[in-house]
Amino acid sequence: MTDTNPTVNSAGYEVPPELRQNVAITTLDKIWNMGRRYSVWPMMFGLACCAIEMICTAASRYDLARFGMEVMRPSPRQSDLMIVSGTVTKKMIPQIVRLYNQMPEPKYVLAMGACASGGGPFKEGYNVVSGVDQYVPVDVYVPGCPPTPQALLHGLMKLQEKIDSESITSVRWYGKDDIPAIPVPLLGPDLIDPRDNELIKQETSKKPAAPAAAAAPAPAAEAAN
Amino acid sequence: MTDATTAAPVEQSELEKRFPDAVKADARPGYAGFVVETSKLVEIATALRDEMGYDYLSSVTAVDYYSDAPNAENFIEVVYHFYKSTGGGALVLKVQTPRDNSVVPSLTPLYPGADFQEREAYDLYGVNFEGHPDQRRILMWEGFAGHPMRKDWKEAFYEEEVKPFKNRWPEGQVYRIEDRNPFNKNNKYPQGFDPVGFKETDDPKLYEVLERAAREYSEDIDTEQVVVNLGPQHPSTHGVFRMAVRLDGETIVALKPVMGYLHRNHEKIGERNTWTMNMPFTDRLDYLSSMSNNFGYALAVEKLMGDKAAPPERAEYLRVIMAELTRISNHLWAVGFLLNDLGAFFTPSLYAIQERELILDIFEATTGSRMMCNYFRFGGVARDLPEGVYAKIKDLVFERLPRKIDELDIYLSENELVRSRSEGVGVITPEEAIAFSTAGPVLRASGVPYDIRRADPYSIYDRFKFDVKVRYHGDVYDRYMIRIDEMRQSLDILKQAIPDLPGGAAGGEVMNGKNPYQVRVPAGESYGRVEGPKGELGYYIVSNGKGNPARYHVRAPSFINLTVLEKMCVGQKVADVVVNLGSIDIVLGEVDR
Repeated sequence: MTDTNPTVNSAGYEVPPELRQNVAITTLDKIWNMGRRYSVWPMMFGLACCAIEMICTAASRYDLARFGMEVMRPSPRQSDLMIVSGTVTKKMIPQIVRLYNQMPEPKYVLAMGACASGGGPFKEGYNVVSGVDQYVPVDVYVPGCPPTPQALLHGLMKLQEKIDSESITSVRWYGKDDIPAIPVPLLGPDLIDPRDNELIKQETSKKPAAPAAAAAPAPAAEAAN
Repeated sequence: MTDATTAAPVEQSELEKRFPDAVKADARPGYAGFVVETSKLVEIATALRDEMGYDYLSSVTAVDYYSDAPNAENFIEVVYHFYKSTGGGALVLKVQTPRDNSVVPSLTPLYPGADFQEREAYDLYGVNFEGHPDQRRILMWEGFAGHPMRKDWKEAFYEEEVKPFKNRWPEGQVYRIEDRNPFNKNNKYPQGFDPVGFKETDDPKLYEVLERAAREYSEDIDTEQVVVNLGPQHPSTHGVFRMAVRLDGETIVALKPVMGYLHRNHEKIGERNTWTMNMPFTDRLDYLSSMSNNFGYALAVEKLMGDKAAPPERAEYLRVIMAELTRISNHLWAVGFLLNDLGAFFTPSLYAIQERELILDIFEATTGSRMMCNYFRFGGVARDLPEGVYAKIKDLVFERLPRKIDELDIYLSENELVRSRSEGVGVITPEEAIAFSTAGPVLRASGVPYDIRRADPYSIYDRFKFDVKVRYHGDVYDRYMIRIDEMRQSLDILKQAIPDLPGGAAGGEVMNGKNPYQVRVPAGESYGRVEGPKGELGYYIVSNGKGNPARYHVRAPSFINLTVLEKMCVGQKVADVVVNLGSIDIVLGEVDR
């Protein structure tokens, strides 16, 4: 190992030249992050069109293995990264939240494509969730419809940069408190987010005029909300 | 181009003669087919199937004729497209029913292929199909409020009736629609709804149906059965598809597909879009073969627009070339991932994807996008081949691809494991294949030589010499082999089309007139169908002369091919379910739309 490697030997300590072949000094964070950034295991989890580009990224031409990410795990228990590759629908979001809850920490979410990031071309659809970040925290957004494999690779490199910037002393999953699970949405007359229960009750118990305005947003009536 | 809706005059007059009271020709301008008395529908359909040879029910859909003007005649129309499995044009029947309390007799007992399509019409339009064996919601979930495709049903993010929305215009003011919703989400709830203590009703109903189906499956010994859910997150379900399977030991006694996990409201959005806006949306139906999707939609609209949208010769050839390249790339993917499902994890797919990438390179050079090509326009194609691409296509079609397809064939087709896992598995007889309205490779692998490029030619397919590929065993192996056959067949067509391309490498005119920003489509209905890589891809569109479709329906081959999945799997081992599914080759974007 030589001191040309920027991730080690830059801890602020001088290593005598004759020892440089044998001794490397680094911080725990750097060596810990280096291990993590080159072994991010994505979940084998495809939603829509973007999943095809994700598979192409894993295939021989773009070769995800160069980043140590070729080990796609079908089980959330074994994966570090959830690539939300495609349109998130109301019918699917309970499963996505459940999968996210089942992933062990440290876990990351990459929203691939316009739909996962914000609804995309299908945003107005009655069964479409406008962005997975309404339910699950997202680390990296990759724009595109679908993003090319190059764009996905760039997003994954951004994720590696994010991993690099984390410190073992401050990450949330080594903190004292439990990280609460995200409540799983329910499929009712429309998608029910349990976190919104109070608000839903408040809106649906209003006088009949108000919910009608919520359904068809005439600007004047909506301003009251 | 032959107009499919007027191609079978003899039987049509015969139908009027036989049922003089119940059948009358649809007299609305731009419409064809017959309006049928609701009470006589089953009798007429039986006569069609058994006596007149219309044994293939291609498409069932509903149309909501609604206007909030006073005294408007509001009704829901259910539209049936019948074909003969020997070829020829359509016979269109229509049944009208009032909007509230809509009831229509079910055709599922006669044509099992109507099963999912009727469930879809029930789900999205609220039409009750009397006599349907399992009428549940299919794309949305049980308990969802309302029938969303009805014209008076408004989604939470509703802005305006048609696009382009006013706030997108220069004088308008752009806002985020989330800010106008009390929940900041795309949700709305009925008056008085209380979310606390709410219980879901979708899954219990599914398991009830599964249990009922299991009881019908006779077994000598009463054993304990288990329910296994495969999907929606499962490595081998080709997307977010779910199968609820009831098992007796390892034997499947009942299977119910559950879909809608990717239902992204294609049709509702399509009816709000302008005609041209829908073209890029069709790319996202079957996202492995966007060119074929464009083709079908362009045909359907051009049929209504008439001669002013007739594509120039070069564009016709480019369309065929692109559609056939798409077929090859789709089948490469399908074969690769069928092997994946058989247990040969990813290695065959890697070889298949390698060749597919080369085809995608051509698409990217021509259209600017690898997958979502958005290449077709009404009256031509969006742009000509750029420099060097003609030579590239030529090289690929004449040199590389034939070699590579042979390579796949040599390594895979005679492989001991492939054969023993797939031969005799998931057998579909020709009669079943027709009755269940399967299409494309699934139909042809069962010994029915039905290919729309031959049976009801469109575009310039009548100029090419090719054999309709057919295999006779109807098992997974034949469904695999037919895809290898079809790749060779597509190469044959390409080898004829490429040298004949008018203008060749030099280029030429590819649009009839200027590429329009907005088109006017005369009022009427039309059904355009193409032989997509997955099967018959049809677009049923209704225009009322305005800037956007009044009805825009996609007859999705993957969706309808899934009707037969239960038939394929019941009585077999659970290990074969995934292989059976893989051999149908579904794409969820098209199944759920």
